[in-house]
Amino acid sequence: MTRFLKHFRYVMGENPVTVFAFSLFTVILFMGIFGHWIAPYDPLATNTAMTLKPPSWSHPFGTDHLGRDVFSRVIVATRLDLGIAVSAVALSFLIGSALGCSAGFWGGWPDRIIGRFSDTIMAFPLFVLAMGIVAAMGNSVENIIYATAIINLPFYIRVSRTEASVRRNAGYVNAARLSGCTDGRILATQVFPNILPPMMIQISLNMGWAILNAAGLSFIGLGVRPPDAEWGIMVAEGATYIVSGEWWLALFPGAALMTAVFCFNLLGDGLRDLVDPLRRT
Amino acid sequence: MRRRDFLKTAGAVTGASVLPFLKFLPAEAAGRSDTLVVVAGQGINSLDLHRKGTNRPSYQVTVNIYDRLVRFGVTELKDGSLSYDSTKIEPEVAESWTTSKDGKSLTFKISPKAKFWDGSPVTAHDVKWSFDRAVSLGGFPAVQMKAGSMTKPEQFVVVDDMTFRIDLPKPSKLTLPDLAVPIPFIINSKVAKAKATEKDPWATEYLHKNPAGSGAYKIARWDPGQQFVYERNEDWALGTKPGVKRVIVREVPSASTRRALTERGDADLYMNVPAKDAKEFKEGGKIKVSGAPIDNCLHVLGLNLKHKPFDNKKVRQAIAFALPYKEIVEAAAYGRGKPMYGAKEMTPSTIKWPQPFPYDTDFDKAKALLTEAGFGKGFETTLSYNLGLADWQEPTALLIQEALGKIGIKVTLDKIPGANWRTAALVKKSLPMHLENFGGWLNYPDYYFFWAYKYGHLFNSSNYKNPEVEKLVDETLHMSVEDPLYAANVMKMISIAFEDVPRIPLYQPYLDSAMQKSVEGYASWFHRQLDCRTISKA
Amino acid sequence: MRTKLHQVGRRLLQALPSVFGVVVISFALTRALPGDPAIYFAGAMADKESIEQVRIALGLDRSWLEQFFIYVGNLFKGDMGLSLSTGQPVLQELLTRLPASLELTFIGLGLAVLLAVPLGILAATHPGSWIDHVCRVLVTAGVSLPTFFTGLFLIYIFYYLLGWAPSPLGRLDILYLSPPTVTGFYTIDSLLARDGETFISSLKQLILPAFTLGLFALAPIARMTRGGMLGALSSDYVRTARANGLARATVLLTYAFRNAALPLLTTLGMVFSFLLGANVLVEKVFSWPGIGSFAIEALVASDYAAVQGFVLTMALLFVVVNLTIDVILTLTDPRVGLDD
Repeated sequence: MTRFLKHFRYVMGENPVTVFAFSLFTVILFMGIFGHWIAPYDPLATNTAMTLKPPSWSHPFGTDHLGRDVFSRVIVATRLDLGIAVSAVALSFLIGSALGCSAGFWGGWPDRIIGRFSDTIMAFPLFVLAMGIVAAMGNSVENIIYATAIINLPFYIRVSRTEASVRRNAGYVNAARLSGCTDGRILATQVFPNILPPMMIQISLNMGWAILNAAGLSFIGLGVRPPDAEWGIMVAEGATYIVSGEWWLALFPGAALMTAVFCFNLLGDGLRDLVDPLRRT
Repeated sequence: MRRRDFLKTAGAVTGASVLPFLKFLPAEAAGRSDTLVVVAGQGINSLDLHRKGTNRPSYQVTVNIYDRLVRFGVTELKDGSLSYDSTKIEPEVAESWTTSKDGKSLTFKISPKAKFWDGSPVTAHDVKWSFDRAVSLGGFPAVQMKAGSMTKPEQFVVVDDMTFRIDLPKPSKLTLPDLAVPIPFIINSKVAKAKATEKDPWATEYLHKNPAGSGAYKIARWDPGQQFVYERNEDWALGTKPGVKRVIVREVPSASTRRALTERGDADLYMNVPAKDAKEFKEGGKIKVSGAPIDNCLHVLGLNLKHKPFDNKKVRQAIAFALPYKEIVEAAAYGRGKPMYGAKEMTPSTIKWPQPFPYDTDFDKAKALLTEAGFGKGFETTLSYNLGLADWQEPTALLIQEALGKIGIKVTLDKIPGANWRTAALVKKSLPMHLENFGGWLNYPDYYFFWAYKYGHLFNSSNYKNPEVEKLVDETLHMSVEDPLYAANVMKMISIAFEDVPRIPLYQPYLDSAMQKSVEGYASWFHRQLDCRTISKA
Repeated sequence: MRTKLHQVGRRLLQALPSVFGVVVISFALTRALPGDPAIYFAGAMADKESIEQVRIALGLDRSWLEQFFIYVGNLFKGDMGLSLSTGQPVLQELLTRLPASLELTFIGLGLAVLLAVPLGILAATHPGSWIDHVCRVLVTAGVSLPTFFTGLFLIYIFYYLLGWAPSPLGRLDILYLSPPTVTGFYTIDSLLARDGETFISSLKQLILPAFTLGLFALAPIARMTRGGMLGALSSDYVRTARANGLARATVLLTYAFRNAALPLLTTLGMVFSFLLGANVLVEKVFSWPGIGSFAIEALVASDYAAVQGFVLTMALLFVVVNLTIDVILTLTDPRVGLDD
């Protein structure tokens, strides 16, 4: 453990970008948790006397077409966006690694079936598949999460399958087997913990993807229901106002969206260095 | 460097989408004074309005490339905008017509000036074939013909080559105006019949892509999903020669791009401008906006009587007293809507339609009514709106959600994609609370009531059922407006609508179009589509 | 060579189950879409009777299983059905629109390669330095931007404010006509027709959307280049070449890059497939008449045949792209076998 910490400090020291990403991540996390208390206005309260006002001291990000404070909405949206991304990624991580581990560990027909399944999903244009799922199941936060989770499944299956198949005959696995552990136990206690590090990278990179995906769905009108604040839907709504000069409606949520995705992507990169400096590409 | 200001000739065919009779646009270096560039949000999907599945934008093709027996006149509004005139019916293919004494048959004399594009004269046989087609193919055309009491081919009689008669089961004020809507257009039956097959006797496959008409414009080119081009028919003699030689209608899905194109002068005409853009164009002064309140059209909040507690009249009235009308007109319609609230009396004093309803924002009254109805603590419901009309429906829905929250009604919003909207709202009528925008093509209040207040009718999305309204509408629908009973019946209908409010009017919307200063003669039509025959460019 | 052909054949067979899976899933998914095509197709104001007529005419009154077999049977005949929203046969729609999407994707990918490869090489030659970090931040920023957001702001700045870019109206400006169709790629077709003006116009239309799309592809390409170059630069042959006093540029480009190029090719294949899917949103923003914008419209309109046709086409394209890459790899690199 101390070796890991040392390594952590070393990598962080080597890599100012990761330090930056990490601090950004804490800020985003903070907003996600405490956003509702920080926001200066009620993010849902309309005020038709104050519509489409440009940024000012009282409204640093301006107001939208119903007079709602964009700054408050951007802050409050953090929780929903993070929530969607975290749940979707957690879902696909859990299901994907379970499927992938079994495929890699046992091989044979489970491997073939799971492999075909993930090939089939991969053969879809992923965003369109997500659109289809949400359109078919209805517009709701849960369905966005399911759709995002499904399209991310194959990545987890692939990574965990490869990692598990490498480890199925590793010394410690054989040792556990000899000492009488069942396959399920070996998978849970020996294989799974060892494939966590490569999976972490995937998770971090995927978080960004998940946020972008949810935002894209919102953009074409298949997203979160109004009046909830969500970055993608705010950009989509704001998009129609850019040409008439009300740029702040789309710019600020767009910037928040980009920052979050950017942060997760950089973190993923950093994690990769942390886990396996040799594989850094 | 603006070398794109003239048409490039490539002189070649692109795919099967180009029509056979005109393969390319002639080169033209004289600038764009006789070319009109129009931007539209949605493209056409057929050149044949009688075909099943033809979308709304395609109606304009029919208007411009085909002729009808009669057409509506155009009138100038107070602000100088031009609009169709529902009271003035002018000759088109028919040079004159007479009504029999009993009012049960209309006889039309066909103008010898009416010629199809191939040079052959328009005859009564063509009219009959086209009308037979309109009532036989089913779907929307048949329904619209039925509104004019035309349901069977036997009603259409060829008296001689140039005389055509329509027999009616009973006289109706709706028949003549119904001949001026886009549906009863006249097809060159010789061309179409030659392409008809046993399986397809009405040549729907052929006319879907190949028009055969007599209208002021021809279709020079159609690239589905991108654009289509009208070219003037130089031989058209049924009206003033159109001012522009060529009209390019380009499909631009994004509203902000349409606005940018118009502001930068790359597009001459932008039809159906969202209210906010219309308001700002008007204020900006660089772009001309021509707009008029749409006749016989209302944006309403529908309350579905099949869903409790909307079966309770007091609840409906309570909601009508809780809506933020002023805010909706300001923030959702950007002032481009005629207020429909705040009348003082529970009974109407005129037969003007639409007219303001006797409701206004009054939370105390709303609360009292709700308590009276036994819902003092409020209730929960879902307000649905159409994703395709989100530009006004979403802000409206949000404002309604907030206002109803103040009287204890907790509203969840549900946006429904366009295709599913028709199914859910109009066909299955399954949405408890929803926004709706019906407008009647024929400008009579009883016609609006026929569609929107009669039980089971398509736009009665509220499942409203009132025997008195049923009786009144049936009595009045075909009645002449001069009939002494007419005004009394209409006023009765309106007062029932005031009292029962299954549909709460929010405002009467405008149809706004933006154009460059050089564009003259644009008129707004009940069908809300482009009629380019009157337009010219300075 | 025989074994290679054999391998290619086997690879094709392997792709069959997933293509079949795509057919099944896309069929099931479209049936699950809300909205009743019969109602939509019957048009405004149609009554119950005419809706039923349409339902029977479209075969929608049959059971799902029957509909599925009819659909698959028609597919074998090359019939993908009729698109309700555009009124054209789906196959024809896809064939006219596919070149638009492909042209955009190719140019986008080309732009990305032009930018990302030098960035990757630059980063690999200065590993750990600030140059490396800047490169990394740049490409990561590219992949972090939502494409629709980038597209909208590029239009606002370059078309609306500055007026440098042409109107975002699809493949050609309003007053140009498309060149005679040979390949369907306007840039190539206009050159074939010796029509310089149309060529320039179509290229101008391509710049903004292709750039928007390309931004998204920077990161994987740059990463792959950097990784491959790092590996190659530390290899024996590069060290030998350096020790022999060869010029720096020669070492970099001929020795190191040529060896790093092979894995890059595999990445390019993946990125291409990915971009083809990602340009759905870009097409929507730029009114690009490709298959992506077609699919969005179709999905919103519950246009069964169109959605199925689109998904199937994309799946087949993915298979073809991956297969092509595999074949190229086997043919150029004797160490790579097709079945791994």
